[in-house]
Amino acid sequence: MSENVGIIPSARTVEIDSHSINFGPQHPAAHGVLRLILELDGEVVERADPHIGLLHRGTEKLIEYKTYMQAVPYFDRLDYVSPMCEEHAFALAVEKLLGITAPDRAQWIRVLFAEITRVLNHLLNLTTYALDVGAITPALWGFEEREKLMEFHEAASGARLHANYFRPGGVSKDLPAGLPDKIAAWAETFPKFIDDLEGLLTNNRIWKQRTVDIGVFSAEQALAWGFSGPPLRASGVPWDLRRSQPYDKYAEVDFQIPVGRNGDCYDRYLMRVYETRESVKIIKQALAKMKPGPIKVQDRKFSPPARSEMKRSMEAMIHHFKLYTEGYHVPAGATYTAVESPKGEFGVYLVADGTNKPYRCKIRSTGFAFLQATDVMTKRHMLADVCAIIGSLDVVFGEIDR
Amino acid sequence: MADEATPAEAAPPSVLELLGQAVASIPGVTGIRIEGGELVAQAARDSLPPVMTMLRDHPRFAFEQMMDLCGVDWPERTERFDVVYNLLSVTLNQRVRVIVTTDAVTPVPSIHTIWPVATWWEREAWDLYGIIFSGQPDLRRILTDYGFEGHPLRKDFPLTGYVEVRYDEDRKQVINEPVRLTQDFRSFDFLSPWEAMTTLPGDEKVYTERAAEQAKG
Repeated sequence: MSENVGIIPSARTVEIDSHSINFGPQHPAAHGVLRLILELDGEVVERADPHIGLLHRGTEKLIEYKTYMQAVPYFDRLDYVSPMCEEHAFALAVEKLLGITAPDRAQWIRVLFAEITRVLNHLLNLTTYALDVGAITPALWGFEEREKLMEFHEAASGARLHANYFRPGGVSKDLPAGLPDKIAAWAETFPKFIDDLEGLLTNNRIWKQRTVDIGVFSAEQALAWGFSGPPLRASGVPWDLRRSQPYDKYAEVDFQIPVGRNGDCYDRYLMRVYETRESVKIIKQALAKMKPGPIKVQDRKFSPPARSEMKRSMEAMIHHFKLYTEGYHVPAGATYTAVESPKGEFGVYLVADGTNKPYRCKIRSTGFAFLQATDVMTKRHMLADVCAIIGSLDVVFGEIDR
Repeated sequence: MADEATPAEAAPPSVLELLGQAVASIPGVTGIRIEGGELVAQAARDSLPPVMTMLRDHPRFAFEQMMDLCGVDWPERTERFDVVYNLLSVTLNQRVRVIVTTDAVTPVPSIHTIWPVATWWEREAWDLYGIIFSGQPDLRRILTDYGFEGHPLRKDFPLTGYVEVRYDEDRKQVINEPVRLTQDFRSFDFLSPWEAMTTLPGDEKVYTERAAEQAKG
């Protein structure tokens, strides 16, 4: 190092082309309120540090202060894109602790609406994902189709989004007359729409350039990072709770589970497209197999009586009053109950202490695990790919921040 | 769970019971129980990493995924916190719940080296309960606000919290100030001692008598 004698070490200049930028919290591609601190080397992402909690509302704490029935609407507000699937997990968890089973018709209605919700969710994700990557037409088309499904939600529950429809012990009310026919008619026309949507994207050169081989995650990585749902299946793990741990009537319907191979953004897109097609199959089967019957458990200690009955029977009146003030008591115990929500495994860890309020209700949100992996997934990708990766993971901040 | 004494004609142990026996034989697991069809294992806090590594890597268990980690607060206990790990095996289609206990000052060994997904959940348990995880390099708050104090999901933390945030027009900035409730916090106690699903002391006689009558006639 004799040549360097005479050069002052502190005068040595090192060129660093690294800077960090704030992605979000108000960014259309942040899918809500994601704040992502990106450390960039030029335009290449070196490190991504997601800051979450900007939509934290303390749902788990609030649920501890509410009766079991009052806790249901909080689940709509978690993943507000697939409200009924979230309710489904809570309803099943409470039913498990109570030791009750919903009647057949209620289970079929739940399957039917869980699948409608899945289509609803995938339509939003696929189209906004395309929007993030630069394609605007799918969003314009898809939201029109979503509107039809929202009408089914509204017809059944009275609300377009925050349904409060799946209750422990069944569903809140029966389907109105004519709705099954409308859903059946929609199910006939919908595959055509998927074809059109695929026509826009699946073989689109730009779409492929933006998604193929972007954000590749191997099966081992996906398992280690707690993935579930379409992103796990895209990595080549054939796993679907509807098939492997069936709940309600999923054991009785016939459907296929798409499994990907490459684990990139494109495969995650394909998974969702194929799942919507399978959902339509399930919807048709549910409509065909549904028989008239009760839609909630007939035990008045858990489900309220009909209003007409309340006008005549004193006992029904008392039951109604007790259910809506004190609520039912859930025997002490704990359960971890998970459902295959459109995004993946959505679980509820419910601890009951024998009173009318949950002692602890931990919500295992799907996107929490996905978002954590963005650091690994976006490493050495271009800044523009971050949008594609986040879009392909289908994150919704209502459930991540709780 | 020891069924050695049962006669040979008793029903063979179910898949879950067999798994339970296998889990119980791991050193560090202090007890198992089957709760509503779900296997729950109680583990010693210090031997958590070897237990988890065994559960992940042994082909009998093959729990490749950790689906959930959460805290539960039981303030009346000396070790007030449960840390609950929900594991899932996608190859063998089975689940197990591992529970360790701790208090507010004793750290739980972090398992982020076994499942990297644990990091955020450990951060969450730290944020909401103040459970400390040793060996976790990134124990920042995650869900609560920047500069938040306290651990909101503890049972002794009030639902309304201590501080509220608002935009101050004079100072032109967002400020924190103590919570002012315009009306007292109302907590309705609807728990009635008369009739619900709870069986009061003495009530069980009704059921035993009814069962005896049914057995007779």
